[in-house]
Amino acid sequence: MRFRTSLTVAAIATALSAPVTTTAQAAEIEFWHAMGNRLNELLDEQVEQFNNFQDEHTVVATNKGNYSETLNAGIAAFRAGEQPTILQVFEVGTATMMNATGAIKPVYELMEETGADFDPSIYLEAVAGYYTTTDGEMLSLPYNSSTPVLYINNDALAEAGIDADTPTTWSDVDAILTALQESGHECPLTTAWQSWVHLENFSAYHNVPFATEANGFGSVSTELVFNGEAQIRHIDTMGQWAADGKFIYSGRRNEGGSRFHSGECALFTESSAGYAGAKANAEFDFSIAPLPYYDDIEGAPQNTIIGGASLWVMQGKSDEEYAAAAAFLNFLSTENIQAAWHQNTGYLPITMAAADLTRREGFYDANPGTDIAISQMTGSAPTENSKGLRLGNFDQIRGIIDEELEAVWAGDKTAEEALGSATERGNELLRRFERTAGN
Amino acid sequence: MSGRVVFRSVWLPWLLVAPQLAITAVFFLWPAGEAILQSTQLPDPFGLSTQYVGWENFDYLFGDRYYRASFLTTAIFSLSVTALSMGVSLLLAVLADGVIRGSGVYRTLLIWPYAVAPAISGVMWLFIFQPSIGLFPYWLKAIGYNWNHVLNSGEAMSLVVIASAWKQVSYNFLFFLAGLQAIPRSLIEAAAIDGASPWHRFRTIILPLLSPTTFFLLVINVVYAFFETFGVIHTITAGGPGQSTMIMVYKVYADGFIGQDLGSSAAQSVILMLIVGVLTIVQFRFIERRVHY
Repeated sequence: MRFRTSLTVAAIATALSAPVTTTAQAAEIEFWHAMGNRLNELLDEQVEQFNNFQDEHTVVATNKGNYSETLNAGIAAFRAGEQPTILQVFEVGTATMMNATGAIKPVYELMEETGADFDPSIYLEAVAGYYTTTDGEMLSLPYNSSTPVLYINNDALAEAGIDADTPTTWSDVDAILTALQESGHECPLTTAWQSWVHLENFSAYHNVPFATEANGFGSVSTELVFNGEAQIRHIDTMGQWAADGKFIYSGRRNEGGSRFHSGECALFTESSAGYAGAKANAEFDFSIAPLPYYDDIEGAPQNTIIGGASLWVMQGKSDEEYAAAAAFLNFLSTENIQAAWHQNTGYLPITMAAADLTRREGFYDANPGTDIAISQMTGSAPTENSKGLRLGNFDQIRGIIDEELEAVWAGDKTAEEALGSATERGNELLRRFERTAGN
Repeated sequence: MSGRVVFRSVWLPWLLVAPQLAITAVFFLWPAGEAILQSTQLPDPFGLSTQYVGWENFDYLFGDRYYRASFLTTAIFSLSVTALSMGVSLLLAVLADGVIRGSGVYRTLLIWPYAVAPAISGVMWLFIFQPSIGLFPYWLKAIGYNWNHVLNSGEAMSLVVIASAWKQVSYNFLFFLAGLQAIPRSLIEAAAIDGASPWHRFRTIILPLLSPTTFFLLVINVVYAFFETFGVIHTITAGGPGQSTMIMVYKVYADGFIGQDLGSSAAQSVILMLIVGVLTIVQFRFIERRVHY
């Protein structure tokens, strides 16, 4: 194997030293992903670096649309026998992928079979745990992971004459929202990804279950239970804010982003990966705070969970192609690649080494707030309720949750009715999934 | 009938219709057969295993009150789209028919929107009506109305109906205009000489003579509203808020291509196919009787 000169040669060499012994043929592998715009450029840079650093393998990256479309493309391709070697799948599709045992090659198995260097302990447990079995076997490699945080427009608060400390609890937030509204502010709070932030992460953060069987990690017979006391209380509070005009609903995805960037909305709960967008677009002073919680709920704050996507290796490829895939995944895990990705995008680093490197380079000091996501996720050891979620048909279940929450924001349903109906409807989908799982 | 032409050969007529039969078989019968087969199955997303479940997918659908509600949503949506697009295009066609100077320009401009793909027209309308940056909500706010189709189901429905109808207006316009120009001037002039008012002439002469066109467009528009509008729904509301704009064809797409539940999605397609079949039969059986060719 021949390396070209580069700053990261040392790191790459460590990552790729193992498969050198194999007499593998040059392999070209397909990598389908859902990264758009700036993220697409950054991903292409990673792929280019990989292709330049070694001559054995070539990775060809192709954008296949948004997350749902990419998963769809992968599934359709598999059915036609034309699947890519590596497929990026969002966290919601995790259960779908891991239960399709005939379609995927788990990462730990890939590493074993190709004899690549692989130490699962270098990965951040809070991140990799989402994609790892209860037996500690890593199924897919975390690629882009983020966790929700609170964005605050400091100028808007100053204009409203609010001189408050950074809010830590939802009652602190309530006081700020009330003050904003009294000063005539038209959009005190909005959110992106309502189910992910205000139900999925809310449950983990308050150490209450979202679903039985350890949030689905235990078995596919899991049932949704996010209509508990704590969740009802929070959705009820938000429903009240919506009725009072303190919380403005913007949409199911991250439509609220443009409203925060334009200064229309003062507070915004969104993924930590929204940092790059906010930094590029906001023409005001903003800060990032940890996601608020209820301090009178026992166990809060626990830790938040991730969203984003991981890389799955598909079945039906040659040994050479698997060797290339293993080399590429190891390359992505190297400290420099991870640190650069973390700093450029606001996504979490997947290894502790990358986080340490970022800290040593002084990035967190220069960009206050960017380390909040990591500390919020790794603050306490994850419990059964805060390791993540593993639910079949989860994309559809999120759709159901969106519908029911909209009914609360519109004042058509109480929080209890809506969450009760959402769990009931979601459970039907889980039962359908259970029957097709494990093939 | 005396003027009837009879083919002497047996196979020639079959040969002549063969291309059409082949197209029907490949693009309708085969996929429809697949859909019927899949509607009785519960496959996993990757197609690794398939279970035969008989009527269960249908039972599951009809047991779901949200699915039952989507029938009504679809009916309201389809009727509104058809009525709006046909009404507006008839009005425009009548007006364009009367234009003497520059009629070519008017006609060309009115046909343009038909070339726009549904998803693009959806994005465009979404842009105009976007609650925080849209032009229209901005104007409405000035007169004291707060437009928010993200939460208000009535507004969401109006928006998808307008966006879907807008695209179809061009197509309808084309046919209405051709229909109007085919009506002999002498009939209208005779009625005018007899003292019939413009409205009276329109109602008793033009409209009945236009009925073949209207009937044809009715069938086309209903089929359009049922099947081709999912791009608009997908880009503007994705079925929300709640399920207030969840029309049946969008649910087929959402369950099949987002949810990977191909069994249920296939069962829904079969139901949709039956509904459109029945509607078309009804239209031909009952409405066509009132059409004057």
